[in-house]
Amino acid sequence: MIEIPSRHKSTTLLAAVVIAQVLLLATQIKSERQVRLIRVWAVELISPIQRSGSWIIYNFAHGWGDYVSLRNTRKDNESLRSELDRLKVRNAELEGRALEADRLAAMLNFRRGHAEVPMTAARVIGGSPDSGSLVVNIDRGSRDGIRRDMGVITPDGVVGKVFAVYPDISQVLLLGDKDSGVGALLANTRTQGVVKGSGKPELTMDYVGNDSKVTPGEVVLTSGQDRIFPKDLPVATVIQATEDRKAPFMKIVLKPAAHLDRLEEVLVLLTRQDLDLKKEAETTPAAPPAAAKAPATAQ
Amino acid sequence: MESTDIYIGPEPHIEVHKYYGGVVPAAVVLALVVQAFFPVRAGWSHYLELPLLVTLYFALSKRNPSSGLMLGMVIGLLQDSLSRTPLGLYGIAKTLVGFVASSIGARLDVEHPIARFILTIGFYLFHHAVFALTSRLLLAQQGEAYLSLPILIASVVNAGIAMALFPLLDKFRKPS
Repeated sequence: MIEIPSRHKSTTLLAAVVIAQVLLLATQIKSERQVRLIRVWAVELISPIQRSGSWIIYNFAHGWGDYVSLRNTRKDNESLRSELDRLKVRNAELEGRALEADRLAAMLNFRRGHAEVPMTAARVIGGSPDSGSLVVNIDRGSRDGIRRDMGVITPDGVVGKVFAVYPDISQVLLLGDKDSGVGALLANTRTQGVVKGSGKPELTMDYVGNDSKVTPGEVVLTSGQDRIFPKDLPVATVIQATEDRKAPFMKIVLKPAAHLDRLEEVLVLLTRQDLDLKKEAETTPAAPPAAAKAPATAQ
Repeated sequence: MESTDIYIGPEPHIEVHKYYGGVVPAAVVLALVVQAFFPVRAGWSHYLELPLLVTLYFALSKRNPSSGLMLGMVIGLLQDSLSRTPLGLYGIAKTLVGFVASSIGARLDVEHPIARFILTIGFYLFHHAVFALTSRLLLAQQGEAYLSLPILIASVVNAGIAMALFPLLDKFRKPS
């Protein structure tokens, strides 16, 4: 005879009976909302599952949407950055064009003021690979009427002279080059001398006697003696003037009138004629409309 | 060929008591009637739990958890039917009392009066705790305290009543 205790059977029966009575309670009791308690329990049992499922679905859907939106946002961001970069470049280009227009307007104004002087505008297209010489290349050559030793200027002042000519380009030796020089005079005393380059940003004026009166800030003009530049074109401004006790001439340091380190457009003097400073002063400063293309050649 | 009998029941060294026919139903009905009658006449008697005592007695005597829980369920449901409590409130409590008491009775000899006294106190408190817990959890009724001085006193009083009731019911056992 096998004796088997009935604890499992009775435990199961206990559970079944208790559950049955709990359900019986639920069918009888109405909660304060007048709903059968069993409905309340059923709803309370299912609602967490429903809430969890809804939360998962909502977060998945929105998460996916947010992910897609984020990706789109990233694309939009990259696109906007690219456009911003492009617009920055465009803006810089337009600013450059505006400045160019101002320069060209000044040049055109200068040319109008000196209509009797044949000159042609040229654009600086490059420099010399030799760091020891200050040379720039311009986009005018022999086909445009450029010849050697023609003077090159800007409305601000003397730039240099043409020292090599090719069919389509020419090379200009800048005033600051140590091999460059121009006949000049002091505007106040009309004392003549020679302005030379030193390879540095500053220029020097030689052959001015120690007994001359030279004051800092005094303007130096072309003398016309070199037969390259017309007379009374701005060349430089006196920075410092000291007597040289070892020599009969003063040591005069000048600052160039033209911006030799920022040349973009220049004027080439096709012939040598005297310019009248008064006429330049009477020229109206109104700037014509900006020209987007290279300046036209004046004949 | 040797046959194999399968016996399902309590431990064989514990005596299982049997009663004359109708004793159990009669005791249950009397307990319910008295339980329903006394509170009308004496307000303090609502702490009296005659149906519980009857459930406890027969569960301890029969020593069969299945029988004990079923008996407790029936008595509890009947008590619910006669009172304003929802069906199942007393039913759950007495079902558990019947199951636990039968399980204890299947393992221990609970004939000694002191054992019966202590067990009655314990089961009265257990019954009240289950009732209060059911009320709170399932019905959201916060009125019943799990334990209080009146409940402790009531448990002692019911245990004293059990000292008189249980020997009376012992007389209705079938001789073994």
